[in-house]
Amino acid sequence: MISVIGNGREGGAMNIAHVLARKGGHVFTIRPRRTVREALATLATHNIGALVVVDEEDRPVGIISERDIVRAAVRDERLFDRAVEDLMTRDVITGSPEDDLRAVAHTMTERRIRHLPVVAAGRLVGIVSIGDVVKAQRDEYLGEVETLQMQISEGRA
Amino acid sequence: MDRPGSDAHPLRVAIIGAGPTGFYAAEHLLGQPAVVAAVDLFDRLPTPYGLVRYGVAPDHQKIKSVTAVYDRTAAHPRFRFFGNVEFGRHVGLGELRTHYHQILFCTGAQTDRRLNIPGEDLPGSYPATEFVAWYNGHPDYVHHHFDLSAEGAAVVGVGNVAVDVTRILLRSPEELARTDIADYALEALRESRVREVHLLGRRGPAQAAFTNPEIRELADLPGADVTALPEEVALDEVTRAELDRTQDRTTLRKVEILQELAARSPSRRPRRLVVRFLVSPVALLAGDGRVARMRLVRNRLEATPAGTLVARPTDRFEELPVGLVFRSVGYRGVPLPGVPFNEDWGVILNERGRVLDPGSREPIPGLYTAGWIKRGPTGVIGTNKPDAAETVAHMLEDLAAGRILSPLEPDPAAAEALVRERQPAYFSWRDWQRLNELEVRRGRAAGRPRVKFTRVAEMLAALGR
Repeated sequence: MISVIGNGREGGAMNIAHVLARKGGHVFTIRPRRTVREALATLATHNIGALVVVDEEDRPVGIISERDIVRAAVRDERLFDRAVEDLMTRDVITGSPEDDLRAVAHTMTERRIRHLPVVAAGRLVGIVSIGDVVKAQRDEYLGEVETLQMQISEGRA
Repeated sequence: MDRPGSDAHPLRVAIIGAGPTGFYAAEHLLGQPAVVAAVDLFDRLPTPYGLVRYGVAPDHQKIKSVTAVYDRTAAHPRFRFFGNVEFGRHVGLGELRTHYHQILFCTGAQTDRRLNIPGEDLPGSYPATEFVAWYNGHPDYVHHHFDLSAEGAAVVGVGNVAVDVTRILLRSPEELARTDIADYALEALRESRVREVHLLGRRGPAQAAFTNPEIRELADLPGADVTALPEEVALDEVTRAELDRTQDRTTLRKVEILQELAARSPSRRPRRLVVRFLVSPVALLAGDGRVARMRLVRNRLEATPAGTLVARPTDRFEELPVGLVFRSVGYRGVPLPGVPFNEDWGVILNERGRVLDPGSREPIPGLYTAGWIKRGPTGVIGTNKPDAAETVAHMLEDLAAGRILSPLEPDPAAAEALVRERQPAYFSWRDWQRLNELEVRRGRAAGRPRVKFTRVAEMLAALGR
C-alpha cells in the first residue's frame, strides 16, 4: 500500500470563498421590474448564464437564468417586454462563503441548481455556477493525483 | 518588433515567489511547444521552495522530495533564480515593467486568520504558522521565542497545520533529532514541559479536515497516549444520515478511527493528546500575566441551506487549564505594493489569474497571479499545478492577442544588472545549489537529512560572501 501520510496538504478543504476568490468579485444583478430584454442583454454581454435579482437594498429576491427565459419563450414569443419578476425563480437557495465545496456540489446536483448566489452578512458577495464547482473539484482531484504520482515516482528513485 | 515568444525574442516573464506555484508556472511556461519563454523567479528569501522548505513538517521528509521536480525546471537554460530579492523593497512594479512582458505573482498566503476572542494576544498564545516557520528555520522567525514551560497546551483547528504542530509538540527529542528541524527549535523542544495537548475542532469528527493517515500517525506516536471523548466522536443524526446516503468510506473510516481512540485505555506514556470536537474557544484567561486557561463553548451542528454542516454555539461552557495556545484557523494573503487586493477573500483581485483593475474590473495588461494568493489557501501542494496552468493559459492567450507589456529593456542582462545594483547579496540558482550541498553535508555528519542555515548572514558567509 502506498503511504500518503502527510500528503502535502498545507491548505484547508476548499470552500465557496475559494471558488469566488478567483472570479474577480463580479456579481451581475438586475432589479425585479427590469425587462427580460435587459436581462438577456446583460447575460449576452458578460457571457453568463444567470442574474441575481436584487431589491433596493441589494438583497437577493430571485434568480433569472437563460433557461428560465428559453422555457418562457416557448409559451410566449413576445416575452421581451415582460418584467424579470414574472419569470424569475423566487425560492432561491443561497450559499455562504464557508460552505464546503463538496456539500454545495451535492446540493446543486441533487436539487438541479445551476447557480448559487452567495450571501455574507446579508450582502450578496458572489454567484457560483455548477461549472465553477465542477472545475474546482477537478482541480482538487488533479492536484491530489499530481502529488500522489510524484510521491510514487520519487519513492522509486 | 515581432511579437515575443521566438528564439531571438523570447517572452520574458518575472515570477514573484519561488514556492510550488512559482515553479509549476515556470514549468508550464518553459514547456510550451510554440512559445519560447524565459523565466526569472524572484523570492524574498535566499532559498527556494517556499512552504515546502518552511511549512511542511520536518518529520515529513518524503513530501519535501517534491523539490526534485522543481529542480528539473530550474535546470532549464532559460530559467534564472533571484533569491534574497524582495518585491516592493529591492524591485518594484515599475522596474519590472521595464524588463518583462509579463509579471506573475505567486506569493502565497502569509498571515494567520485570528480567532477574534478576548485574550488572544496574551503571552503564551501564538499563531501556529509562526511556530511552524520557527521550527523549520525560517530566517524571519529565528528570533521568536516560544514559552514551552506550561504542561497544558491547546491547538485550535483540526487542519493539516494544527496536526503538524500537535505532532511536533508530542514527539520525543530523539525522534526530532533525526529530522531537519532547526537546531535551536530542537533544543527548545528538548526542554519542553508540555505534557497534555488538546486539539480542538469546532465541528464533528466527520467534518475534521485532517486525513485518515494524518490522524493515524498521531494515534501511533510512540511517546503519547491519544484519546477522544466518546460523546464527541458519536455521530449526530444529520451526519449519520448523510454518511448513510453517500457511503463515503474515507469519512466512515475516519469516524471509526476516532471512536477507537475514544475507547482506548491510557498506557502511561509520557505525554497525552485529547482530540476534541464540537468546541470553540471564546476567551483566553490570564494568570500571572499570561495564558492560564481557555474558555470553550460547546457547539452543535446545523445544516446551511446549501447543505454544509456548520457549528453553532450552545449555552454550555467549560474551561481548560492551558498555558500555551496555538491557533490554526486559516491563512490570509498579504497585499503587495501596487497590486490590487480583494479584501473579501484576502487574495489579489483577479479573474482566473488575470489581475483586475479595482475600478473598471478589467484585466491590467501584463499582471497575473496563481496559487494561494489567487484562490486562497486550499488543497495539496499539487493543486497549485492545475491552478498555475490556468493562469499560464491566460498569459499565452493574452500574448497571442498582443495584450502584453512593452518593456523598454527586455534584455536579460539589463534585468540582472538591476537586481545586482539593488541587492548585491542576491542568490542565483548556483548559489542555492552550493548552499544546499553544504546543508546536506552538515546533515550527513549528524545522521540527518540536512542541517539548515537559518540566518541570511550565515547563508552568505557559508558561500564566502
